[in-house]
Amino acid sequence: MPPAAPRSGDAIFANVERVNAELFTLTYGAIVRQLLTDLEEVEEVNKQLDQMGYNIGIRLIDEFLAKSNVSRCVDFKETAEAIAKVGFKMFLGVTASVTNWDADGTSCSLVLEDNPLVDFVELPDTCQGLYYCNILSGVVRGALEMVSMKTEVTWIRDMLRGDDAYELQVKLLKQVPEEYPYKDDE
Amino acid sequence: MMYVFNRNGVCLLYREWNRPLRTLNAQQDHKLMFGLLFSLKSLTAKMDPTNAEKGNLGVPQLPGQGCSFHSFRTNTYKLSFMESPSGIKIILVTHPGTGDLRESLKYIYNLYVEYVVKNPLYSPGTPIRSELFDKTLDQYVRGLG
Repeated sequence: MPPAAPRSGDAIFANVERVNAELFTLTYGAIVRQLLTDLEEVEEVNKQLDQMGYNIGIRLIDEFLAKSNVSRCVDFKETAEAIAKVGFKMFLGVTASVTNWDADGTSCSLVLEDNPLVDFVELPDTCQGLYYCNILSGVVRGALEMVSMKTEVTWIRDMLRGDDAYELQVKLLKQVPEEYPYKDDE
Repeated sequence: MMYVFNRNGVCLLYREWNRPLRTLNAQQDHKLMFGLLFSLKSLTAKMDPTNAEKGNLGVPQLPGQGCSFHSFRTNTYKLSFMESPSGIKIILVTHPGTGDLRESLKYIYNLYVEYVVKNPLYSPGTPIRSELFDKTLDQYVRGLG
């Protein structure tokens, strides 16, 4: 029997268990709020959110691969498309669009029109340096690292700071091929 | 019997249901199995007649490139293999008459996701110690045979 074709994000989203969107947003808000209280330093909170996202990403990738049945992506362009169309749809229920490819195809932007994490959120003046959705950048970085791509993910536009959309820039630093882990003489 | 390895060669799981002859100690066995699969993958990719670009033998490969083999059969057993793009390898050694197990391996990968990956007490890269996973896996595999 030939392997099943990759499923579209909508199909999978319809099949997975879902939580209430408000619950998700409020829980995330509570986490960020608590981190701000514990750590106080906005940069620290950004780093911590990124680390949390990284830990999520390294596990999320297996779930993504198992449910979505995508075959291995041949190059970074396909990977970015897969993340934007299938991944975001599957886990957040929104699709992102991929834009701004640079000349060698190693860097692109994922643009999110709406973002369930930031419903009802406003940043106060004391937290202006905060990347509220930094967890997403960690998730993308962690997930890509598990498929052997070292990337750097940063926010270019953030609606909470007054821009009109969310733009995440994903830059491929290098592809790390598999190494034989055992030494030859053992 | 069944093995699950991660991308660094750590054997995450080893189960056996019917293994009459044991040849090596466990560590050697795992290393041998992992080494075998690693080399086989490399070899099959290099010998691929449809692939235009070929590196030299021994050059490490990205998990995405090259064709990937999925089973081999000898006169006494059949070994089925599946590798996810994240480097998780699932191996099932069965009776030689078994049919194509690719769908089953995919199902086992899904089980792994549900019970192991989503478990907050599990640290990635360590051997799997989840009873629920073992039980479900057991039930599924016995149902296959």
